[in-house]
Amino acid sequence: MNNKNLKYSAMLFLSPALLAIFAFFFLPVLAAFVMSFTDFDIYSLNHLWRVRFIGFENYKKLLDDPVFWKSLFNTFYYVIIAGPLSVIVSLCAALMLNSKLIKFKAIFRLTYFMPVVTTLVAVAIVWRFIYHPRFGLFNYLLGFLGIDPVDWLGDPDYAMPAIIIMTVWKNFGYNMIIFIAGLQNIPEYLYEAAILDGANKFQLFRNITLPMLAPTMLFVGIVTMIGFFQIFTEPYVMTQGGPLDSTLSIVLYMYREGFRWWNMGYSASIAFVLFIIIFLGTIIQFKFQKRIFG
Amino acid sequence: MKKLLLLFVVFQTLILLTASCVTNKEADVIRFWGMGVEGEAVGKLVAEFEKENPGVKVKVQMIPWTAAQEKLISAYASGNLPDVFQLGNTWIPQFKELDALEKLNGYVLDSKTISQDSYFPGIWETNVIQDGIYGIPWYIDTRVLFYRVDDLQKAGYSSAPASWKELYEVARKIKSIKSDKNKYPIFLPTNDWSVFVIFGMQAGADLLTNDYTYGHFNSPEFKRAVNYLLKFYKNGLTPKGFTAFNNIYQAMAEGYISMFISGPWNIKEMKKWMKGNLKDKWMTSPLPAADTNGIGVSLAGGSSIVMNSQSGNKHTAWKLIEFLSRPTIQLKFFRMVDDLPARREAWESPEIKRDKFIKAFFKQLNHVKPVPKVPEWERIAFSKIQKYMEYIVYEKMSVETALKKLDEEVNSVLEKRRWLIKHGRINE
Repeated sequence: MNNKNLKYSAMLFLSPALLAIFAFFFLPVLAAFVMSFTDFDIYSLNHLWRVRFIGFENYKKLLDDPVFWKSLFNTFYYVIIAGPLSVIVSLCAALMLNSKLIKFKAIFRLTYFMPVVTTLVAVAIVWRFIYHPRFGLFNYLLGFLGIDPVDWLGDPDYAMPAIIIMTVWKNFGYNMIIFIAGLQNIPEYLYEAAILDGANKFQLFRNITLPMLAPTMLFVGIVTMIGFFQIFTEPYVMTQGGPLDSTLSIVLYMYREGFRWWNMGYSASIAFVLFIIIFLGTIIQFKFQKRIFG
Repeated sequence: MKKLLLLFVVFQTLILLTASCVTNKEADVIRFWGMGVEGEAVGKLVAEFEKENPGVKVKVQMIPWTAAQEKLISAYASGNLPDVFQLGNTWIPQFKELDALEKLNGYVLDSKTISQDSYFPGIWETNVIQDGIYGIPWYIDTRVLFYRVDDLQKAGYSSAPASWKELYEVARKIKSIKSDKNKYPIFLPTNDWSVFVIFGMQAGADLLTNDYTYGHFNSPEFKRAVNYLLKFYKNGLTPKGFTAFNNIYQAMAEGYISMFISGPWNIKEMKKWMKGNLKDKWMTSPLPAADTNGIGVSLAGGSSIVMNSQSGNKHTAWKLIEFLSRPTIQLKFFRMVDDLPARREAWESPEIKRDKFIKAFFKQLNHVKPVPKVPEWERIAFSKIQKYMEYIVYEKMSVETALKKLDEEVNSVLEKRRWLIKHGRINE
């Protein structure tokens, strides 16, 4: 078979998938891109002659929109705090579960993994009780430390930390399992040799565990970042973005503008800004990856 | 060959299946969407309708309140709206603008069961846009004052406050009597635009002007209302957070709250929580008026039943609307879900007349006003008014700046409407 034939047959085999991707991915993306230059809204849904092409007006408006900046800030706040926190908690849990001193490892692993597979909506409802300012478990425990009760979800300064604590608790189990797998791949003889050389616990961790875990760490970091940038359900269920928009994430804002108020044009422009941000984030991470491993 | 045969058999079965579906369609099928408990109740009521109209089947689907608007508009966009559905009456302008609603003037004119004078004028008006009737009021929701009789008595008041001045004085007195600083005389939620809009309307504010094309919140009247309400927050007469209580009824029962402003669905819950010796310790009253002693205006809320303009079965659809509007059915509906009936005949029944908690609603219903009837209203109320009222309450902005900014944002929301009117692209 010559090369050309091979190409055609390859295309033939790929065509169903390509068609599907074209119809369900590229076309809508293209439509959304065009839409982001119009003022498509509820007036236009049934009457296309009411749509105006407004050029970059949506994007200009976006730059002037304090709510957009607020949601952008909230999203970064969330990613920058919750991301590393979640990775650290997962790593600690993995290290503990990997320790030889711990018994009933399977039970602990199961318990820590449980929140990951529980429905987020159910979790959010339970956590709303936990955060309750008067009857909540959280304030009850803080009371023992002599800390005054905090209105976790009602106070603009505490609502985001509350959501961060909840998501870290909900998600650390997943990364923990990956870390455990990574830890188990570190050959035992490295530790034995180091111990013979007189290394202490901290040196073992610093010079063997961490470097050997670096690839796992990178994977966990990227996946966590991408997932966390798209935070939506947690604030949607727990606070609806409030109070004072303090938990409004960029995806939630996009949803609200698009599906609540049907400002499809404006909403599409938010989507493309988010796309650019994630795209840039990915490039930075690739560069970062190259510098470490390249 | 065997494979071909198998394929043939499969195809035949498929064709038969679709054919049987088609025959099913010959019966009159009416699709109805209702929200939450209302949808559930209709599911039980339609059996009677089906019995009266042999051959007609009503398919009822329940949609949750929280996602109702998104669901309905998405259904519209994909051509899947049901024949008849429930619509919050502030949503009517939106769906009218989409041409999704059938104009009902002709139907009402010919109807023996539905006529305008059986309804409260303020409520009926919410369904009318430019002389076109686009919905039939189904049940009513307006806001009144719920209060603890004993707390007011301790403060020296034998009846509910009838003016703004009295309301504030009562609140001050109750606060001074209660020793616990976590107890508040009144609950005015910060995350709810309605209280601010109601007090604004009471002060005589026009919320939108020039044929609803410009915001008018920075008016002396609206400012007066906001400043009045702000006094409650500043002096600790109402809590700022919204999660401070498990629910408002428990807070009322435990004496953490003495008054709140809300709708008829609270009656049932209040009866549940105010048990034993608390049974007679609460009452409802129409809202106080701004200047004189009397009844201040409240929102003309509630739901209407509307018909899909694209329905293929309008005749039967109207029959269903008539059925649900019958006074007897309205009463049955009231018994099921405690929604206050829209028909005045239903209010004559002893079970409604005898209920002392409902009286205030009857009085209030003669003093109700609809919110501006433009498609943008929901967006203005929920995303603009609410936001700036929160800014004011949390003192992140002065009243002056917040209202000025609110007007600016509302004007930008209404820009499209101005453009459409200017170029004659709006169907009016």
